[in-house]
Amino acid sequence: MHIAVLIKQVPDTQEVKIDPEKNTIVRAGVESIVNPFDMNAVEMALELVEKHGGEVSVLTMGPPQAEAALKETLAMGVNRVILISDKKFAAADTLATSYTLATAIEKLSKDTTPVNLVICGKQAVDGDTAQTGPGIATRLNFDQATYVTEVTELVENEKRIVVKRRLAKGVEIVQAQLPALITVEKDINEPRYASLPGLIKAEREEIPSWSADFINADPEQIGFKGSPTWVKRIFTPPPREGGPLFDADDAVKKALDIVFDNKHFREAVLGEESE
Amino acid sequence: MAENTEWKDVLVFIEVSDGKPQEVGWELLGQATRLAGKLGQKVSALIIGDNVKQFAKEAIEYGADTVYVVDDPAYKTYVTRTYNNAFCEVVKKYKPTIVLIGATPLGRDLSGAVGTVLQAGLTADCTGLDIDDKTFKLLSTRPTFGGNIMATIFCQKGQPQMSTVRPKVMKKGNPDPARKGEVIDVSVPVDPKDITVKVLEFIPDKAGAVEIEHAKIIVAGGKGVNSQEGFEQLKKLADLLGGEVAGSRPMVEAGLLPVERQVGQTGKTVVPRVFIAVGISGAIQHLVGMQNSDVIISINNDPNAPIFKVSTVGIVKRWQDALPELISDLEKRVN
Amino acid sequence: MEEKFDLIIVGAGPAGISAAIVAARAGIKTIVLERGEFPGSKSVFGGVVYASEIAKIVPEFWKEKRIPIERQITDSRIVLMNDDGAFQMGYKTGKFAGDTPNVLSVHRAKFDRWYAKKAQEAGALVICNTCVEEVLRDNTGKVIGVRTGRPDGDVFGKMVVFADGIQSPLTVRAGIRPEVKPENVALSVKENIQIGEEEVNKRFSVKSGEGVTFEILGSQVDGMDGICIMYTNKDTVSLGLGANLKQWMVNKNTPYELMDKFKKHPFIAPFIEGGTLKEYTAHWLPEGGWDTIPKLYGDGYVLAGDTAMLFNTLHREGTNLAQATGRMAGEMAIKAIKAGDTSEKILKEYSDNVMKSFVGKDMKKYKNFGHFLYKNKEVFNEVPEFLGETVEEMLTVDGKTKREKQAKIKKNFKKKVGLMKLLKIAWRGWRAVR
Ligand SMILES: Cc1cc2nc3c(=O)[nH]c(=O)nc-3n(C[C@H](O)[C@H](O)[C@H](O)COP(=O)(O)OP(=O)(O)OC[C@H]3O[C@@H](n4cnc5c(N)ncnc54)[C@H](O)[C@@H]3O)c2cc1C
Ligand SMILES: Cc1cc2nc3c(=O)[nH]c(=O)nc-3n(C[C@H](O)[C@H](O)[C@H](O)COP(=O)(O)OP(=O)(O)OC[C@H]3O[C@@H](n4cnc5c(N)ncnc54)[C@H](O)[C@@H]3O)c2cc1C
Ligand SMILES: Nc1ncnc2c1ncn2[C@@H]1O[C@H](COP(=O)(O)O)[C@@H](O)[C@H]1O
Repeated sequence: MHIAVLIKQVPDTQEVKIDPEKNTIVRAGVESIVNPFDMNAVEMALELVEKHGGEVSVLTMGPPQAEAALKETLAMGVNRVILISDKKFAAADTLATSYTLATAIEKLSKDTTPVNLVICGKQAVDGDTAQTGPGIATRLNFDQATYVTEVTELVENEKRIVVKRRLAKGVEIVQAQLPALITVEKDINEPRYASLPGLIKAEREEIPSWSADFINADPEQIGFKGSPTWVKRIFTPPPREGGPLFDADDAVKKALDIVFDNKHFREAVLGEESE
Repeated sequence: MAENTEWKDVLVFIEVSDGKPQEVGWELLGQATRLAGKLGQKVSALIIGDNVKQFAKEAIEYGADTVYVVDDPAYKTYVTRTYNNAFCEVVKKYKPTIVLIGATPLGRDLSGAVGTVLQAGLTADCTGLDIDDKTFKLLSTRPTFGGNIMATIFCQKGQPQMSTVRPKVMKKGNPDPARKGEVIDVSVPVDPKDITVKVLEFIPDKAGAVEIEHAKIIVAGGKGVNSQEGFEQLKKLADLLGGEVAGSRPMVEAGLLPVERQVGQTGKTVVPRVFIAVGISGAIQHLVGMQNSDVIISINNDPNAPIFKVSTVGIVKRWQDALPELISDLEKRVN
Repeated sequence: MEEKFDLIIVGAGPAGISAAIVAARAGIKTIVLERGEFPGSKSVFGGVVYASEIAKIVPEFWKEKRIPIERQITDSRIVLMNDDGAFQMGYKTGKFAGDTPNVLSVHRAKFDRWYAKKAQEAGALVICNTCVEEVLRDNTGKVIGVRTGRPDGDVFGKMVVFADGIQSPLTVRAGIRPEVKPENVALSVKENIQIGEEEVNKRFSVKSGEGVTFEILGSQVDGMDGICIMYTNKDTVSLGLGANLKQWMVNKNTPYELMDKFKKHPFIAPFIEGGTLKEYTAHWLPEGGWDTIPKLYGDGYVLAGDTAMLFNTLHREGTNLAQATGRMAGEMAIKAIKAGDTSEKILKEYSDNVMKSFVGKDMKKYKNFGHFLYKNKEVFNEVPEFLGETVEEMLTVDGKTKREKQAKIKKNFKKKVGLMKLLKIAWRGWRAVR
């Protein structure tokens, strides 16, 4: 069993500012964290190989700083980490990202043993797009299961995987065929606390970095070029106009007087029908 | 008028799950009508499933001029690969320039796959859609980086231009029973080999599991309340008004609320008639989840709390003082 | 954990990292253990650091491309403030610009990170997200390592440098250092206010890359004595306010209220008008001083930086003392470890070196600063012409002892009346931080 986990380093969202002239995101000085969902993905992978045997590879596409994220997972005990990094990958949207990662996974399968399971986070908190996973599954023609909270069965020789999916109104138990890609929910497990020797080992490890040429990616499909969606403009949401404020002793009464004159409020609270 | 390419019209995917078309489909048809108007083009809808043709009429009433129906028992349950095939067949055949999909769990699962096959630009979770006056391209606006920033995104190349939109973000229009439209059956046979994903079982959440997104009235508490007693008072108020209790993320993290009652970017988007915010500052990630409510009443002891900027009325007091009075006064007025 | 190290350093602040760089460069197998997510993550306030000390460890560091310096301080002001006004003396010079920096404003979160990289480049291991919880000793009581909170988290080494900052519950628990006594504690609060780079340049009349520091002495609010600072970062202004704990109690001020009033003071307000608050930090700041300096060494270990209570509040210096003592700790480690003897009697030499250096001498001098002031009124009695020089001398941190500086200054004083009043204010203000 060879499990590939895809993790993404994201800026600590609340910190991010925009540069009004250049119309770009200012990440400088903003601390990076591993996308929370992805740490759960790593933990799940480790638990699966502990149970069923096999190895775990962790991949991330990002700038060199993303090394830190990989080292964290290395310390947790994954077998292999790979940084997919190249100026040419920059400014990729989910289409270009899924192409790059799918290509890297194919290369990984060739160079080592075939990947039979890919685990992604449900979504990354920077973009919240949740498209990268399905994109990769489609490109690799893997079965796909999103919103997974648990893998209940994993039988390599029968190429069978059974998972629980969290949907709006309940839990769905789904069987799929390996190789497969799943995206996992947050808080489905407690990502392990790496041991000190693990951390030290990781700190000393040389992290392999794969370039666009190395995975021989089609230049037309990566980075800015390979991204159909471009940002036209970014802006901070305009403030909306608020209603009156009351702070005197009769504040509550005054406030209620106002809303009791409001059609929607009367409809909702008094069940009056609007004509 | 957009220049005459072979790609034209605005297609909306009408999701049918457990036998019902999802509301978001109708919401999107309203948007599609607006966009198609700007382009001088038409609105089409796509329905995939088993025994779903019946819903075509409704789609027309909500604004579709043409409805493509892929109706086949093989589509009874959703399988990414088969739905993806059917979807892409229709798009390749009828070439809509814009494709809109509801950002439901199914929609998000499907859109990423469809976009990849079509090599189309896909913008997720849009809160605003428009057409560029010059290029006639789709402009999709969405919150990003935790909602601190809004981004307007367009497709610099490729067709179609795809966007997903969260349920309840767009208001749905009124159906027009008199509206006429064309229904086209499209047959996309399913290769059994493609059905490798099988649903073994579905365990519905125990009855009574709330869906605050359907509540008419929501009473929400934040870190300012941050206590059992506080939330008991909120419950009292909610019961009095026949509403549901909800809250901000910190309250979920504090274990005072189950996660399905979290309002905001990483929680639910709600549009109740009345939203009462108690001890909530109004961080952008929270606002995106409730600011479209019809009436917003806020209680916060900080006059500068951002929540007041989106409130119909604000009460600048400690909830300990304001809530009891609010409850008793409401009791009088309601009865 | 089986693996052994020569040198274990607790804390990746200026002290710990300085020790690590020096030792690792000499081939000492060094590990630094840091509680924070990354070096500096726990000290995220803007502050000033001192080029001379950094340069002793990273020569010409300012020439590096990606060095996180906010501004080079070229304009240093001393402000004597009362409730409704302020007397200000300043010294602006091109001397401290470009290739001869003196004081630099930095964002500690970024600076400490950069500094820690240097240690890694030198071959030291810097392990973050790892809190040291216990000191490990052998049966003779010699410190032989530390226990971290991580699984399999014991680390053993020949010598330990404690550079875990001012509170250091670690050394207190281990009976290595006494707890900080409430009576000699000051409460220091700091705010970072964003006004934008252009505005900083305009309001403080400086070029981009160059900045101003204000040392503010006096009874700035509510007749409460305190020492305040204001300095410029790239696009923010740092305001700091420290006063003895008693003061806070007597005046029943919350630090927040006080900071608010400080910000409204006619001298301060215009500088920060329309700015937005970026961060607010409150710290216990032991006033340190000679009498609180603990024994700096023991069997198998030494203390450096704040852990050793080396903090000169009046000159709001700390990082430089931390770097200097860290450096000396590193040098000590090299000598002792190479000699194969890290016993108490060898490590005593570290303490001697510290005391011989400007660090010890300054600490000692300020011990009786009060008397010093009274005995040498003239130091402050004459001002104008020579003030520039005085200020420059006092504010240039080059490892010279302050006594040398004042000797130099004292040589050429002239008369100037009316400063006694200001002196009183200064004196009151100074007392607040004593
Ligand atoms: C990527 C990301 C996603 C997020 N998603 C969400 C989300 O989905 N939903 C969400 O809610 N948050 C979300 N957050 C968190 C969000 O940024 C805010 O931290 C959070 O909404 C603040 O919650 P709050 O208003 O309850 O607490 P606070 O911001 O602490 O506000 C407490 C308020 O209570 C007031 N108060 C205090 N005491 C009293 C009293 N006695 N009486 C009355 N008022 C009082 C205070 O004045 C203050 O305004 C997200 C953040 C990020 C980065
Ligand atoms: C509000 C304020 C403003 C200041 N402004 C200035 C200024 O402008 N200029 C100046 O020169 N000095 C200033 N100082 C003083 C300066 O910050 C300190 O003197 C200096 O940081 C001391 O460095 P250090 O390495 O000894 O300790 P620290 O910088 O405190 O480093 C200690 C490190 O040890 C880590 N640590 C603590 N406990 C453990 C543990 N158990 N296990 C592992 N790691 C641990 C901490 O996370 C920290 O990273 C200021 C101090 C304060 C409080
Ligand atoms: N640059 C990347 N490198 C590695 N994995 C990624 C990257 N971007 C997205 N992913 C994976 O895709 C998931 C969903 O991301 P997103 O589509 O951006 O919401 C993440 O949780 C990751 O598992």
